[in-house]
Amino acid sequence: MSMPFGYASPEQIMRDRAEYARKGIARGRSVVVMQYADGILFVAPNPSKALHKISEIYDRIGFAAVGRYNEFESLRLAGIRYADINGYTFNRSDVTGRGLANLYAQQLGMIFTESIKSLEVEIVVAEVGEAPADDQIYRLTFDGSVFDEQGMAVIGGQSDAVAGRLKERYQDGLPLPRALDAALAALTEPGGDRPPAAQLEVAVLDRSREHRKFLRLTGARLERLLAEAEASAGPPETPEGAESAESAESPGTADEGTAPAGGEAPPPTAPEGDVDTGSPE
Amino acid sequence: MNHLFTNTGSASFTEFLGAYAPNLLPTREQALAAPVGDQIPHATTIVAVTCAGGVVMAGDRRATSGNIISQRDIEKVFRTDDYSCMGIAGTASMGLEVARLFRVELEHYEKTEGRSLSTEGKAQRLATMIRGNLGMAMQGLAVVPLFAAYDPNAGKGRIFSYDVGGGPYEQHDHHSIGSGSIFARGSLKKLYRPDSTPRDAVLACLHALYDAADDDSATGGPDVTRKIWPVVAVITEDGFRRLPDEEVAELVQSMLEGRMTEPEGPTAPLR
Repeated sequence: MSMPFGYASPEQIMRDRAEYARKGIARGRSVVVMQYADGILFVAPNPSKALHKISEIYDRIGFAAVGRYNEFESLRLAGIRYADINGYTFNRSDVTGRGLANLYAQQLGMIFTESIKSLEVEIVVAEVGEAPADDQIYRLTFDGSVFDEQGMAVIGGQSDAVAGRLKERYQDGLPLPRALDAALAALTEPGGDRPPAAQLEVAVLDRSREHRKFLRLTGARLERLLAEAEASAGPPETPEGAESAESAESPGTADEGTAPAGGEAPPPTAPEGDVDTGSPE
Repeated sequence: MNHLFTNTGSASFTEFLGAYAPNLLPTREQALAAPVGDQIPHATTIVAVTCAGGVVMAGDRRATSGNIISQRDIEKVFRTDDYSCMGIAGTASMGLEVARLFRVELEHYEKTEGRSLSTEGKAQRLATMIRGNLGMAMQGLAVVPLFAAYDPNAGKGRIFSYDVGGGPYEQHDHHSIGSGSIFARGSLKKLYRPDSTPRDAVLACLHALYDAADDDSATGGPDVTRKIWPVVAVITEDGFRRLPDEEVAELVQSMLEGRMTEPEGPTAPLR
């Protein structure tokens, strides 16, 4: 096919951008966001005490991100400004996770289509409700797609493998220590050592708290909780068959970022394959 | 909304609001055609007392417009963050708005910077907000806050007062603002005990408010028939706690019983 020198089809450009972003995101460690009995739990392996991957946005809303720190930090700050200005203009109850997720989706989508480089980030916006049924977890990818997740979300790193391990252990309404145990088990490669408390960033959106629901778990409190989590870890109820086959397979699929040539070509934009149509179904 | 992403100024919400939506700031530039001070509700007496490992703030529930009681159950003591609170005296509406903005200001800093403002920093931010209102204060819309905080670094409660031009002026032991403050302060002078328990400090505050209501028509005493009690906040190492109504009611009842026999309240030993 004869093309003018330097021409690249829009499709090619999009694919290259998506590929670039996906590689960057897969490089780090995963972050787990999941529901537990009293709210939503965030767990991130993170040796830094200063550069947070998890943060409070507003009374009921938390934020988790992976990828390039400077990029998601600016998203975080924008989210805080958005929430604070809306809460101040209207009422504190009028700030919603949905509104914030939409704002992020617009910004991410715009940068993905208009900039040379898309943001190398994947983020989760989680909102805790009055009851577990009102909890919301939105996952947003670098291209602005929004996924309304049920119960749990895993972003960054080997997210497919981690999500696979988390799914095996996830149940609705787990108490906090057991939920933390499940998250840590998911974040640890089979046979690997769990990260110590100093290497972990853990936070909750606890619906039983007054005023601001977000709480960082650090120091002695985290140590205690980790010990409880250890104790609560029963024998892993892993049905042999299907699950183990899936987990054996998943490291390969998660590697697709670094080895794109293998097997079926990854879809052009959204990591999940489908092009985002704007409707969650 | 897009310059939300490019504005990477300071961690101050007020500054951001000034640039982004200046019409939402409590401070307004326009002058009033006529002073309206007497026609809009005024909030009255607030007292604050330090205690062992913390500070207590209490406010009566009355708002007045001239000689009319415009509200019987107004709340004038606000939680501003986990370790601080403020009470307002002066124009009630302005005070409510300043309290709301101040709360967002502290939270905004905490969320963006990942740490709380220092106690001095909080007091200073409030001073700037009050100073910004000086023009309106001259027109009769004055608002003066009282700020109390538990300082985790010093391990004790601290009280800051202001005037219409700003401040802050750090006060030791106890302070009071509002129309009944003269009487409340006199009362507190005699009732204040250094390092008292938070409960005793609350009792001292209730007595001071009662004495203020006794002599100042704009300060409301405890309303026994309607069960409207003063708002009482206790801030210690464990954070801000607003005492539940039942707890305040119980303390007020015991105070009133004492006053049945000694209407002037407890007497300080003369020597």
